[in-house]
Amino acid sequence: MTALRAASTFLHGRNAFYVSLLLLPPLLWLGTVYLGSLFVLLSQSFYAIDEFTARVVPELTLATYRQLVTQPANVDIVVRTVLMAVTVTIACGVIAFPVANYMARYAGPKLKAFFYVGVMLPMWTSYLVKVYAWRLILAKQGIVSWGFATAGATPFLDKVLATPVVGGPSLASSYIGMFIVFVYMWLPFMILPLAAALERVPGSLLQASADLGARPGQTFRNVVLPLALPGLAAGSVFTFSLTLGDYIIPSVVGAPGYFIGMMVYQQQGTAGNLPLAAAFSVVPIILIALYLALARRLGAFDAL
Amino acid sequence: MTAAIELRAATRSFGNVVALDRVSLSIAAGEFFALLGPSGSGKTTCLRLVAGFDHPDQGSILLDGRDVTDVPPYDRNVNTVFQDYALFPHMSVAENIAYGLRVRRVGAAERRKRALQMLELVRLGEFADRRPNQLSGGQKQRVALARALINQPRVLLLDEPLGALDLKLREEMQAELKGLQQRLGITFVFVTHDQGEALSMADRVAVFSRGRVEQLDTPRGLYTRPRTSFVASFVGSANVVTGALAERLTGRRAPFAIRPELIEVHAPDAALTAGMLGTDGTLEDVLYHGSSSRCHVRTDDGTVLAVARAESAGAEPLPPRGARVRLAWLASDAVALEAE
Repeated sequence: MTALRAASTFLHGRNAFYVSLLLLPPLLWLGTVYLGSLFVLLSQSFYAIDEFTARVVPELTLATYRQLVTQPANVDIVVRTVLMAVTVTIACGVIAFPVANYMARYAGPKLKAFFYVGVMLPMWTSYLVKVYAWRLILAKQGIVSWGFATAGATPFLDKVLATPVVGGPSLASSYIGMFIVFVYMWLPFMILPLAAALERVPGSLLQASADLGARPGQTFRNVVLPLALPGLAAGSVFTFSLTLGDYIIPSVVGAPGYFIGMMVYQQQGTAGNLPLAAAFSVVPIILIALYLALARRLGAFDAL
Repeated sequence: MTAAIELRAATRSFGNVVALDRVSLSIAAGEFFALLGPSGSGKTTCLRLVAGFDHPDQGSILLDGRDVTDVPPYDRNVNTVFQDYALFPHMSVAENIAYGLRVRRVGAAERRKRALQMLELVRLGEFADRRPNQLSGGQKQRVALARALINQPRVLLLDEPLGALDLKLREEMQAELKGLQQRLGITFVFVTHDQGEALSMADRVAVFSRGRVEQLDTPRGLYTRPRTSFVASFVGSANVVTGALAERLTGRRAPFAIRPELIEVHAPDAALTAGMLGTDGTLEDVLYHGSSSRCHVRTDDGTVLAVARAESAGAEPLPPRGARVRLAWLASDAVALEAE
């Protein structure tokens, strides 16, 4: 007791020391375990690999990056992943906005709680279970095909699946199916920050806008959207980066084309080309950095 | 002449709370009109109906003779200064003020020019490119005012416009608002729970209580001729005398009100002159306020009356606590009230 009292007396008034004492453990964790391992990974990408023995040679070279940007197959993987991430992010934003807006502005306390639980509930289920469930849902004999058949809309589904590149023999083995699963998986990560941002917009601002003569569409463009931008930016960083790095969904659902995450997994695992895997994992980091810089330039964080 | 604003038996309920109960009001063009009442009395609901943020369950709202009951706010020639100012945080001061022009598709150069003119009007010329969060409360208030006035509305609504300001600033803004209204000649309707504010600024005041207009009168009329005990004690302070004491003094059972400053304090043996009413009691406490003193006197039948007396250098001090005194006032100063 007296020792505790002595300690608290000692800490009282020594604010800087007290704060650093509190921050030391998390900073150590972040510094060594997180940033340290990230640095080790990145440094691997500059190492050479012995073609013959497949052993990593600690010898600085840019050959891996040259291989990444010059080999068409590798460029294809990057482009494919980025396109998927962009479309998934846009779709999540478009779907999440009305939901988040309803949750933040119109739902009563009970309904709001229901919506929050509803949005988060899927996250309580194992990720793998959900992905495999979706494979069944989207399979040729799955419930979606059955639904289309019951509604007599099978020709429509066939037409959609006949679309070049994104189509395929069934939803479960096409990019459309993969897109649906991605959107499903990451939607909560878009809805929650967006709802939080919209919740912080006072209702009086919307009334003021209408009062000054703005029609609902103008109020949305001039007031709601700019003030929700930080939430939209945060949500899109989630959906964008999660899609860029995922390797399970593309290997379970969808067309056989490779994605960045699968490439990293394969190169560091079966292929044993650690430098190339590291180089591939640098790509999302650079893309996210670019994306954040762009969002900042567009003023996404001005309203923070 | 058609009224600038007219409410016809407007009723609005929330659940089973009747916020506004068949209120009819007529506000003339160019009038400075106050909606006064305690919180929950329906005054803000009334303002929201006029602005168009809310719609009456029954009854109608007319602006300049046109029925706007179901017209959305953006199609009404009415602008509002919000209690929390509701300035757009992501826009500069000039952009905030020009917003009404922007949504009407006025060109950028013209918008800027007129926004700067409005800023001059509210004496904030050098703040055009600041953000709202860099302004003080009084400055935000003036920006909100300029933003609401740029559309040249026929009616300006103000929701507790001075509520968030400190006392000194509030007094300054009262004079400024009054001057602005006289220069612009447009109708101002403002909501307040502060009776002093209503009395000093408004041409006419509607006193709200429990969703109804209790009395509608000029400030002087409200203060000198309150109709009910609610108005008498909400507008200024008043002694409302009821029951046996009222009957003993006036010969009628009806309650009456007498303002503390109209009661004189005399020695217990002083004779009452003709036309005076009076009662004896014991001084309970004396509070000295500088320009005036207030005291409470418990009359022999238990009623406590408040008395206020102007202090001047030559004034005799009030007798000490516990002293016996005789209170007296002109019978004509006592205002008969409607029985509740």
